[in-house]
Amino acid sequence: MSTFGKVTGIVSNLVTVQVDGPVAENELCYINLRGTDLLAEVIKVTGDKASVQVFESTRGLRNGDKVEFLGRMLEATLGPGLLSSVYDGLQNDLTTMSDVFLKRGEYTDPLDHVKLWDFEPIAKPGDKVAAADWLGEVKEGWLPHKIMVPFTFKGSYTVKEVAPAGQYNIDTVIATLENEEGEDVKVTMTQKWPVKIAIKGYKEKPRPQKIMETGVRVIDTFNPIAEGGTGFIPGPFGCGKTVLQHAIAKQGEADIIVMAACGERANEVVEIFTEFPELIDPHTGRHLMERTTIICNTSNMPVAAREASVYTAMTICEYYRAMGHRCLLLADSTSRWAQALREMSNRMEELPGADAFPVDLSSIISNFYARAGMVVLNNGKTGAVTFIGTVSPAGGNLKEPVTESTKKAARCFYALEQNRADQKRYPAVNPIDSYSKYLEYPEIIEYLDNAVEKGWVEKVIKAKTLVLRGKEMADQINILGDDGVPMSYHETFWKSELIDFAFLQQDGFDPVDSLCPIERQKYMLDLILEICDRKFAFDNYEDCRAYFKRLINCLRQMNYSEWNSEQFKGFRSQLNSILEENGK
Amino acid sequence: MANKAYQKVYTRLEAITKATVSLHAAGVSNDELATVEGRLAQVVKTKGDLVTLQVFAGTEGIPTNAEVSFHGEPPTLKVSEQLSGRFFNAYGHPIDGGPEVEGEERQVGGPSVNPYKRRQPSELIPTGIAGIDLNNTLVSGQKIPFFADPDQPYNRVMADVALRADVDKIILGGMGLSNDDYLFFRHAFESAGALDKIVSFVNTTEEPPVERLLIPDMALAAAEYFAVDKNEKVLVLLTDMTLYADALSIVSNRMDQIPSKDSMPGSLYSDLAKIYEKAVQLPDGGSITIIAVTTLNDGDITHAIPDNTGYITEGQLFLRADSDTGKVIVDPFRSLSRLKQLVQGKKTREDHSQVMNAGVRLYADAQNAKTKLENGFDLSDYDLRCLDYAKDYAVELLSIDVNIKIDQMLDTAWKLFAKHFKPEETGIKQSLIDKYWKS
Repeated sequence: MSTFGKVTGIVSNLVTVQVDGPVAENELCYINLRGTDLLAEVIKVTGDKASVQVFESTRGLRNGDKVEFLGRMLEATLGPGLLSSVYDGLQNDLTTMSDVFLKRGEYTDPLDHVKLWDFEPIAKPGDKVAAADWLGEVKEGWLPHKIMVPFTFKGSYTVKEVAPAGQYNIDTVIATLENEEGEDVKVTMTQKWPVKIAIKGYKEKPRPQKIMETGVRVIDTFNPIAEGGTGFIPGPFGCGKTVLQHAIAKQGEADIIVMAACGERANEVVEIFTEFPELIDPHTGRHLMERTTIICNTSNMPVAAREASVYTAMTICEYYRAMGHRCLLLADSTSRWAQALREMSNRMEELPGADAFPVDLSSIISNFYARAGMVVLNNGKTGAVTFIGTVSPAGGNLKEPVTESTKKAARCFYALEQNRADQKRYPAVNPIDSYSKYLEYPEIIEYLDNAVEKGWVEKVIKAKTLVLRGKEMADQINILGDDGVPMSYHETFWKSELIDFAFLQQDGFDPVDSLCPIERQKYMLDLILEICDRKFAFDNYEDCRAYFKRLINCLRQMNYSEWNSEQFKGFRSQLNSILEENGK
Repeated sequence: MANKAYQKVYTRLEAITKATVSLHAAGVSNDELATVEGRLAQVVKTKGDLVTLQVFAGTEGIPTNAEVSFHGEPPTLKVSEQLSGRFFNAYGHPIDGGPEVEGEERQVGGPSVNPYKRRQPSELIPTGIAGIDLNNTLVSGQKIPFFADPDQPYNRVMADVALRADVDKIILGGMGLSNDDYLFFRHAFESAGALDKIVSFVNTTEEPPVERLLIPDMALAAAEYFAVDKNEKVLVLLTDMTLYADALSIVSNRMDQIPSKDSMPGSLYSDLAKIYEKAVQLPDGGSITIIAVTTLNDGDITHAIPDNTGYITEGQLFLRADSDTGKVIVDPFRSLSRLKQLVQGKKTREDHSQVMNAGVRLYADAQNAKTKLENGFDLSDYDLRCLDYAKDYAVELLSIDVNIKIDQMLDTAWKLFAKHFKPEETGIKQSLIDKYWKS
């Protein structure tokens, strides 16, 4: 027997409903607006009054309109066909909507129920299984998609029957399980899971073991992110947050990418729709779109669904992680999500915390970041969800609640800086303020010792120190003047500029330079550090500047050239002859 | 807004603030319009049978026994080809002495375009101004504001851009426009002989501020009619969005909402996004491009209004007076067009993006040299060359007076590079140097 209610108050998308029975926190309901059902979620209950946030515009809604509660929370529908999809924040398929404009109350199915998938059984009758154990497999594009015991199943089950290899649609029963009470339960290829709850069903969550390559030098070498790690990119507008995130999405070394466009510009999502089907995944040679799912709740779409969008995206990642895949979740921007929370908290007239954000903002953010991670599955295989969020701090000031709360939760910090962006030093990641805690992890140091070379992290730290020293010298030169400091100050400063221009800066729009594999990063860093180790002799600071500019130019031309091509080698030998002119 | 015969008229207000009134009424729907003592109002909140109305013209002189009647629907605009060449007020009524427009009545502030149905903007909008075309190229379907202090000639630049742009319709949404500026736009459009492709919705400073809240929705409803129904290329000009946001804060303040940064409502981001995201490239060829003005207080872009705007729009064009040359320039550091790479080098010459970056980087070096100079240090030869370059660059390219084709802008930039620098000092790709360097 469901609970019903009627509308008694409306402020924008916050609606108060008088209810006639039990309701649960986060329970969904439909508000009937003269024939159109508007989906809404309970966010507060006081006596027989439930406050619900409506995922649609409430224009035209009246007091007295009928409400029906659904007895469930917001759920994601999981199954083969999630990849290459474009969903809104509530997982409606945007591609199957016919109208150019979004119609209120139009909800579309996330998965194709007709399409047939090639099924191969994995489990055998008699096997003991539990939630998230693999029963069979279909090929989703090139990716093996495991059909699992639904996550909602509690206790252990015995497999009675598994469908033979063949073509089935997602609603076909592919296995019959017997529970501990001896009852039969049927399993299809699709299941549902409430998005706000983390999917468990793994054995353990160890510390990250390896890094995830992105092809971006300032990340992979200077501040690497671990597979299953967390990071965030704060920065004022116009500093290249989105460009950097798209670069990571295109090049990130992951099986699956889920992009949550959360309260951001629609044209940025259009860029993904337009380019990803054309672009090739550098790791597999397949089209990028084949490994990508887009959750898109742009800034003009209903505010309440913004919050849902990041949870929906995370749930899809956790689902693929349970199959032993490595997923990368990119959310742009988590500040918009926090603002959505603020709007609701404000309308509910809650006492505000800093900058009018709700007081529990910090715990909401850290709970969300905690859902990322590498896991060891019940069968011993591993999977990972790496999460990188962007933050859009008001006025570019990092001392604001969303940035501060995120800093506590995320392990990598990529601070984009207005000053660098103004000078077109892209990516505008500040090399001194940014950090990766993973460089301190013994597991990661050991991994890099094996994967790159022994002592790699020490080299990275040496390069970082040189950049810092250069910054100190630049400050001195600014205070005392070019003539007021010893020659060595200029040399140290220009060595740091060399690292900046030739290594930290990277042209995200150049076909060659935009993607720099770790092998090439190592080559360049070695080369640059070798130059930095040299002692040069200059008559005056003008010569020093001119000389280093020539070196920088040569190294940049190398960055623009195909790896180990004739052109590349040409610039390399040009560099050598410049080096022979001076120093040792 | 004549009352319909069967409509119930209420005559007892429970509360009055400067922008809102509250009364007990039944069967009222959210967002619907009402008339309060002859003034237009809109439902913004209901709690039980207590309804709060936002009165667009302000509540001065409204008594507690004011007559209130509800219209049963949100604000609408009648759309047809008859809109062309006309001037309207915030309610969509003519202010040019002409007849009311006949046409289909449409709700303003309607639903969003399904992002999946959008197309990627790809058509360049040339303006002749190098600070825009060279460094911050505009693309149809883009949304971009001018950030400018109130003393900058932003309305003039915007009128120039609108009249030079190759579009089918120009829609002006004027919010808190001074009467002089209103007449300036009217005159500029008339003397360009472009009046028949222009539709204007104007709220001047003489009119109540809360009325402004209707202007963007009206202007964009008209824009959607031409772009969606007629597949036309529409350019929407919104000036001044800072005054629009101020009106938002007045209403939220009167409704006792907790303000967030700079006493702006917490929903400012979503409110602005709803307007700017109407910019779109449609699948059938129609497009809406929005160029807006956000006035700043002494160049402060960290204030909540420009800050939220910057996160929504696809870049910003920053106008400032350059004291070295006496010109108003499009600031190359603070300005940005996010969509420029969709056309640079694709619809323009291959060297475009590298020339742009080199030009700006060298201008940044000049700024450093200037700081050194101001701090009383000796300048190096390179510093001096940078300073000379910066002057030429400001006059020949950054100034808003410039009106040349994009190829000419690129040639000018190469000329300036060769005049002041050695090829390796520009950091440009060797292959382009080989081809374009003017030795």
